[in-house]
Amino acid sequence: MHIHFLDPYRPRNSLVHRLDPRIKLVLAVAFILTNALLPSGAWPFYILLFALILSVEVISDLGMAYVLKRSSLALPFMLAALPLIFTIPGVSLFSFSVGPWQIHASLQGLERFISISIKSWLSVQAAIVLAASTSFPDLLVAMRALYVPQLLVSVFGLMWRYMFVLVDEASRLLRARSARSGQSDLPGARTGGSLSWRARVTGGMAGSLFLRAFERSDRIYMAMVSRGYDGEVRALPLPQVQPTQWVVLVAGLGLLVAFLGLALLVWG
Amino acid sequence: MHHSIEIQNLNYTYPDGTVALRDVTLSIAPGEKVALVGPNGAGKSTLILHLNGILSGKGLVRVCSLEVVKENLGRVRSCVGMVFQSPEDQLFSPTVFDDVAFGPLYQGLPHAEVLQRVDGALEEVHMLSYKPRVSHHLSMGEKKRIAIATVLSMNPEVLILDEPTGGLDPRSRRSLIHLLQELPLTMLVSTHDMRLVREIFPRMIILDEGKVVADGPTLVLMDDAQLLEAHGLERP
Amino acid sequence: MLRTPIAMHIPDGFLSVPVSIFFWIISILVIGYALKRVSADLGERRVPLMGVLAAAIFAGQMLNFAVAGGTSGHLIGAALATILLGPWAAMVILTCVISVQALIFQDGGLLVLGTNIFNMAIVAVTVSYMVYHSVRWLAGSKSWGVYASGFIAAWTSVVVAALGTAMELAVSGTSPANIAIPAMGGIHALIGIGEGLITVGALAFLRASRRDLLRSDEAGPPRGRLVWVAGLALALLLAVASPLASRHPDGLMQVAAQYGFLTSARDPFFRLVPHYLFPGIENKTLATILAAVLGTLIVFGVVLGVAFARRRKSSSDGGQNNMTPG
Repeated sequence: MHIHFLDPYRPRNSLVHRLDPRIKLVLAVAFILTNALLPSGAWPFYILLFALILSVEVISDLGMAYVLKRSSLALPFMLAALPLIFTIPGVSLFSFSVGPWQIHASLQGLERFISISIKSWLSVQAAIVLAASTSFPDLLVAMRALYVPQLLVSVFGLMWRYMFVLVDEASRLLRARSARSGQSDLPGARTGGSLSWRARVTGGMAGSLFLRAFERSDRIYMAMVSRGYDGEVRALPLPQVQPTQWVVLVAGLGLLVAFLGLALLVWG
Repeated sequence: MHHSIEIQNLNYTYPDGTVALRDVTLSIAPGEKVALVGPNGAGKSTLILHLNGILSGKGLVRVCSLEVVKENLGRVRSCVGMVFQSPEDQLFSPTVFDDVAFGPLYQGLPHAEVLQRVDGALEEVHMLSYKPRVSHHLSMGEKKRIAIATVLSMNPEVLILDEPTGGLDPRSRRSLIHLLQELPLTMLVSTHDMRLVREIFPRMIILDEGKVVADGPTLVLMDDAQLLEAHGLERP
Repeated sequence: MLRTPIAMHIPDGFLSVPVSIFFWIISILVIGYALKRVSADLGERRVPLMGVLAAAIFAGQMLNFAVAGGTSGHLIGAALATILLGPWAAMVILTCVISVQALIFQDGGLLVLGTNIFNMAIVAVTVSYMVYHSVRWLAGSKSWGVYASGFIAAWTSVVVAALGTAMELAVSGTSPANIAIPAMGGIHALIGIGEGLITVGALAFLRASRRDLLRSDEAGPPRGRLVWVAGLALALLLAVASPLASRHPDGLMQVAAQYGFLTSARDPFFRLVPHYLFPGIENKTLATILAAVLGTLIVFGVVLGVAFARRRKSSSDGGQNNMTPG
């Protein structure tokens, strides 16, 4: 079975994979929310949450390496919080001068920065586990259960269905462009053309992609109409959630609430 | 007498002025299997699109004894199952199940009936195990069969296919031919595949420049080499 | 790995919970409304059209071009989507793209998804719409009108969305305002040029091959009215929020008091973070930047209000409306 290089879903037979997608989504968001509400510097609780998400990763059979590798890709944004080390006042750690400015790094700033980074990293892992253990059609079920309007869910479905097709088309456009991007032997020839030319060529590629998308949407519409589509979005009713799944939901939420409550008690 | 398809003096001109169909008249009885052949640009696809009301020209078009007019379109589309050339744009739902369930769902059938129809249709194309699969992972041959299932689930009287064997390798093509032979529905196929025509379709209609130039038994017409050549066709 | 190269997708953990929830509520309300408008505007075709175009925007973000020294310019697509399909469809489409990026590719967080949607699907689209139509109106029927408006609309949408992101980070106490705002604004002022150029290229291609597509959203003022209002509301929101961003008295004040900061002789700290410590004093550079942005938006708001009023008057006169762009 051909899995597109973009699709993060890894089918496995784990308990996490078999968990109802609605429950998984709620638990993932609850985990992220718990993270967000934990106070800065509550290290023991960060470790607890890390242990929790690690256990889930192990149960899900996805492999910690896979999840950790993917989560490292979210790191760059931490640069945004880096200045906190130097702007939050507190016990000075070290200082240096840049031009006329004296810059001091503070302990509190560092603590704040590291807290944000860890919390963010833990949250990303929860999102990765969710995406890797839940097929997209199942995620659509989860969305519908959260009262996302059916119209939007249908658009999501179509978008996902043709995302890979169009990404492949875009890849072919890029490949065609690089196949024609050669160097001349003529002395003094400037490779690459001007910046604005390159931008316009790329714009043309984007335009071409969009045009094909328009025309494809016409064909899809014809196919839909041929099967009775009348513009109204319809869907089958959602299946019932199994009782055992509710248990997992309650247990998971209970655990998170307990962690949070304890943390706020001790640190708040 | 109930005809599955009845067309009388159909004329159609595209918005840009090109005349696509000139005075087309033909009728197809229930259970008949007919092939529509002709060179590119003859108007085959245009003609087909009139049969479920996507295009609407001047003249009479009736399917399953229903006139193809606005009020009847819903019933027309339940009666005529249209399978387009590119399955990529016909399988637009996240899973195979969703795609095959689309038709019955829009017909307003109760949940249990929808499930039954899906199973039935997939069974007919021998792809029941594909229910939970994701469409874009399938091969061309598999997609074509699922595309047929998506219209079979509506229990149509007539099956219309545009280039069913286009783009298939010999094995998939053979398997599709078996499938078409098995299905008991009235069938109209637009195709360039003359070997397919000779094998399954006892009746052949030749369309060229928007006009019906021949309509008769396949084997008889295929013996007329001059006729075939005159209209851009090759003897298989 | 397919990642949007533009650092506007905020991950979880970088915004405070109140900010996240606030923008979730706004996004839900606005997108909910957009869904209704889309049904009216696009009719039966809305699902296949929006779905496939959302896929196209997603794929389109892969198309890059070399800028200099290994960096490259990319497309976000808010402006292009707005110009092609109108603001409401563009909002829905961008919402899908951003949501899928967050859910599937962890490009942006889940709790902060509401805020990312606000920045890139709502703000970027609204700004694109306002700027595009006002510049086109100003350019009249000149042939370069489409391209100039497209470029400026694309550039502005990127910059304003970036500024919004920076302010949200500042209000959450994650990034100091006087660094985040200039940094985000500055970087995206450059990235915006790439967005503008690609948008113009795409418009040129589409104009040559399918001109009719560019007119598809040319609805008169009545349809656009709500967007002008939204744009003005946005400008006002920014006007209110920006002082907050620079004077947000969060826990830092507590820390400052705790460490006796207010009376200590640590001069360097004062120089770097005056706005955190003294609510009444605003960082001059920050204020200038914000004033410029707000001023521009308010001017646009007035211009558009005037244009709208004039259009309405012309059409009610029953005469030829020579101010319709395109």
